[in-house]
Amino acid sequence: MEIKVLGPGCAKCKKAEALVKEVVSETGIAADVQKVTDLMEIAGYGVFATPAVVVDGEVKCSGKVPKKDEIKKWITK
Amino acid sequence: MEPLDDLTCTACAGNRVHEKQLRRPAWMYVLAAVAGVVLWWLVYGKLRWLAALLTYSLFRIPAGTSLGSSVEFFLYDTPKVMMLLLIVVYGVGIIRSFFTPERTRDMLSGKSELFGNVLAALLGIVTPFCSCSAVPLFIGFVTAGVPLGVTFSFLISAPMVNEIALALLYGLLGWKVAALYLVTGLLIAIISGWVIGRLHMEKHIEDWVMQIRAGAASGQDETLTWHDRFVYGWDAVKDIIGRVWKYVIIGIAVGAGIHGFVPEGLMASIMGKGDWWSVPLATIVGVPMYSNAAGIIPVVEALLGKGAALGTVLAFMMSVIALSLPEMIILRKVLKPRMIQVFVGVVGGGILLVGYLFNMII
Repeated sequence: MEIKVLGPGCAKCKKAEALVKEVVSETGIAADVQKVTDLMEIAGYGVFATPAVVVDGEVKCSGKVPKKDEIKKWITK
Repeated sequence: MEPLDDLTCTACAGNRVHEKQLRRPAWMYVLAAVAGVVLWWLVYGKLRWLAALLTYSLFRIPAGTSLGSSVEFFLYDTPKVMMLLLIVVYGVGIIRSFFTPERTRDMLSGKSELFGNVLAALLGIVTPFCSCSAVPLFIGFVTAGVPLGVTFSFLISAPMVNEIALALLYGLLGWKVAALYLVTGLLIAIISGWVIGRLHMEKHIEDWVMQIRAGAASGQDETLTWHDRFVYGWDAVKDIIGRVWKYVIIGIAVGAGIHGFVPEGLMASIMGKGDWWSVPLATIVGVPMYSNAAGIIPVVEALLGKGAALGTVLAFMMSVIALSLPEMIILRKVLKPRMIQVFVGVVGGGILLVGYLFNMII
């Protein structure tokens, strides 16, 4: 599984990244978590507001720090 | 601060019975909201009395001294500002849950210019926006067919005219100043965006932007329940107050110092309306300063109290908030230098006009 956290590096983006990593290690799922800071790449996902979370190429949320149980739902399916 | 605790409880209770509460009827939320507001109002009305009590009876600072006046100012303004922020951020947070940047874009794309500028400036107040997503938002808007000028109206209005600024202005300077700020801020956003649109500067957008084919929309168009909206509002309170409380306290402390110790009328000689250069100077000084409304307004209040002119102070404040260096550096990634210059020129010009106008009429 490939998870990308999109964000140029503001406080909320860092928080989102930390949360995603936390959930991944808690659930023990083999997932590759990447932080995407490149604006061109972020824009390429059609994301308007950061932070955004992309799981296997699908944008799951944007413009907010997701809640832990939301993240869990996305990655355990 | 009792009301804070009270509202915290409503929100915590919401979290605990998360599953059950999802199905509660809307009237219960209305009832809880009304009860919360009434309680808030009762406490809010007692703040001045409480500050005086603490300063002169508990701390035994003699009335009429500089220290007493500073301490009372601080003890009155801090809870007042925090309470105002609490209720306004909560309320606007709930309103914001109805708007997303995606929805705003859909409303704006294909709109005619002038009407689009007005709509964009208004939507800028309620659309959730953080200046670090200015670039993705810019790209999303422009590639989806929102006119460039309309996009700028949004980008100018969103950081400048916001609930934090309005709540603080209302609480510290009264509804007239808050209304003036709201109207002039919107006008600057509308007119600047319109001018930028008229100048047809599309070729001054960095080339890579237009080549992006924005991908599929993000998959979060789920409908929210009322419970979700209240949670959303409460999250906004935690997030915003968590970020700004330090600035508010520092701002009020500086303001309290000015209030108690700076002699009356000193500011009139520096930031008064007499000299033509005071407005441009205030605007220029504001650019490199990067503060949010929460930190700057308590200082503004104190400056006004010492005779600074309202127009000069408003120009300073708008410049600090709307023309920030960090935001320009971010925008440079999508805009060529010429376009940044025009942006600064047009918005700066608007701010100067507001400054002179208020110095003239008030």
